[in-house]
Amino acid sequence: MRADERAWGRAGGPWAALAPWLLPLGLLLAWEAAARSGLLSSRVLPAPSDVAAAFRATLADGSLIRHVAVSAERALTGFAVGGGLGFLLGLLNGAFKPAETLLDSSLQMLRNVPHLAVIPMVILWFGIGEEAKIFLVAVGVLFPIYLNTFHGIRSVDRGLVEMARVYGLGPAALYWRVILPGALPSILLGLRYALGIMWLTLIVAETISASSGIGYMTMNAREFLQTDLVLLGIVVYALLGKLADLLTRWLERRALAWNPAFQAGMETAS
Amino acid sequence: MSLHERAFPRLSLGGGLSSTGRPAASALMPKAGGVPLRLEGVVKEFSGRRVLDGIDLAVPAGQSVAVVGRSGGGKSTLMRLIAGLDRPTAGRILAGGEPVAGARPDVRLLFQDARLLPWQRVAANVGIARGRGWRERALAALADVGLADRAEDWPSVLSGGQRQRVALARALVSDPGLLLLDEPFGALDALTRQEMHRLLIRIREEHGFTSLLITHDVAEAVALADRVLVLRDGRIALDLAVDLPYPRPPGNRCAAELESLILGEV
Ligand SMILES: Nc1ncnc2c1ncn2[C@@H]1O[C@H](COP(=O)(O)OP(=O)(O)OP(=O)(O)O)[C@@H](O)[C@H]1O
Ligand SMILES: [Mg+2]
Repeated sequence: MRADERAWGRAGGPWAALAPWLLPLGLLLAWEAAARSGLLSSRVLPAPSDVAAAFRATLADGSLIRHVAVSAERALTGFAVGGGLGFLLGLLNGAFKPAETLLDSSLQMLRNVPHLAVIPMVILWFGIGEEAKIFLVAVGVLFPIYLNTFHGIRSVDRGLVEMARVYGLGPAALYWRVILPGALPSILLGLRYALGIMWLTLIVAETISASSGIGYMTMNAREFLQTDLVLLGIVVYALLGKLADLLTRWLERRALAWNPAFQAGMETAS
Repeated sequence: MSLHERAFPRLSLGGGLSSTGRPAASALMPKAGGVPLRLEGVVKEFSGRRVLDGIDLAVPAGQSVAVVGRSGGGKSTLMRLIAGLDRPTAGRILAGGEPVAGARPDVRLLFQDARLLPWQRVAANVGIARGRGWRERALAALADVGLADRAEDWPSVLSGGQRQRVALARALVSDPGLLLLDEPFGALDALTRQEMHRLLIRIREEHGFTSLLITHDVAEAVALADRVLVLRDGRIALDLAVDLPYPRPPGNRCAAELESLILGEV
């Protein structure tokens, strides 16, 4: 079936490569036309060219880079703290039964609390400083990473573990060569999911209270009715999300090259 | 260097030899020969249910034994006990005169599924126990089973028979004295199975290890073993010597008689 698809694509030639872009391009042109003719008020939606102009202007005065850098730092710090903790907890509970009985049910209970619901508490605890945003991101990414690491380790083929025992692998070799690689597909899935939550949480947190970052930029622009800047902020969030997704996909292809599913993926990509 | 050489001229000479005169010809370890196996009154119960009910067995070094029996009759359980993956409820198991306690390098187990690590290349799978010079030994073992050219492939691209051969190579790397085979050919088609039989017979003759083969297939037992055991109700119901020369082509009349004799006991 895959071969058929490729054959079809080849038969279509350059036309087939362009086809998926026609609709978005057409919409963009229609949108631009509607905005210029006054059919679409810039209060509602600014013209794409205005957004591009806002992009150039904020790039030139350095404010865009500054905001993106601040947001990225928050996101990555929160991710490192929450993801790291979730990963360690997943490893611990996956490997040691006593740790699981002690911790897992509590974690499962906490997991059911939507992390954005605790924003009022977080503002009480941390005020509106950096800690509040980092804390929210950390809590948001902790659970998907924990659950997928734990589940990944638990679902490693027991036959392989038994085989490793017959061949005399020590605990360290067992962990590095059998259990961790076996859990990796699940861990990477958790990583991708967590990255999505990371941006989402940051958007909400920055929109509520911040004095810098992309969320601040858009909320500030809203007060002055600068819809072009608001839209630019949205586009930047989307691009950052896409970047994170591409990064995990690349990581998956590198780390899971042994998996036939990803081998096929590499063939079509190249 | 010079100081050391002046003080210990002989030592430095020896050091020079060892760094250049490594044994290069055979990467496989010297042949260890077979390990004898002894079971004395072995009993195994799972939550009160008796699966093995007093097994007494003496297998001399180098003998090849096949165990047949009904599904759920405790054959795999027996194998796991001998491999040290589980402990008997009562009785003793001695391999090479020593009680079995946990995994040991001279006892290897082939499973029904090959159990290769999908994330390691074939050569790394064969050399899973690592240790000095593991790569050369792994490549030599692969050549032994006729898969020298697949060393850098992922296991997922191999056929079922090839995977089983890789698993066999992995068992051979440490030159085992006792090889346990738990229905390793059960999932293969008839032709590949024949091929694996020939391979196993050749390798067994070269290495001289003791072997214990579990199989559902009475014909396979008669084709491959010096001695066939029937396990029934947790005991050895039949212990039969098969005194025919290898290889034993299918359709042999003596073999057919033995087969019907065994089938009557299973
Ligand atoms: N870990 C265990 N816990 C409880 N019961 C077990 C365990 N392992 C095996 N058994 C039981 O012991 C009996 C024998 O199992 P075993 O796997 O040894 O049979 P087998 O002869 O290898 O069967 P087959 O030919 O189908 O592989 C079965 O009834 C099984 O349910
Ligand atoms: Mg079995």
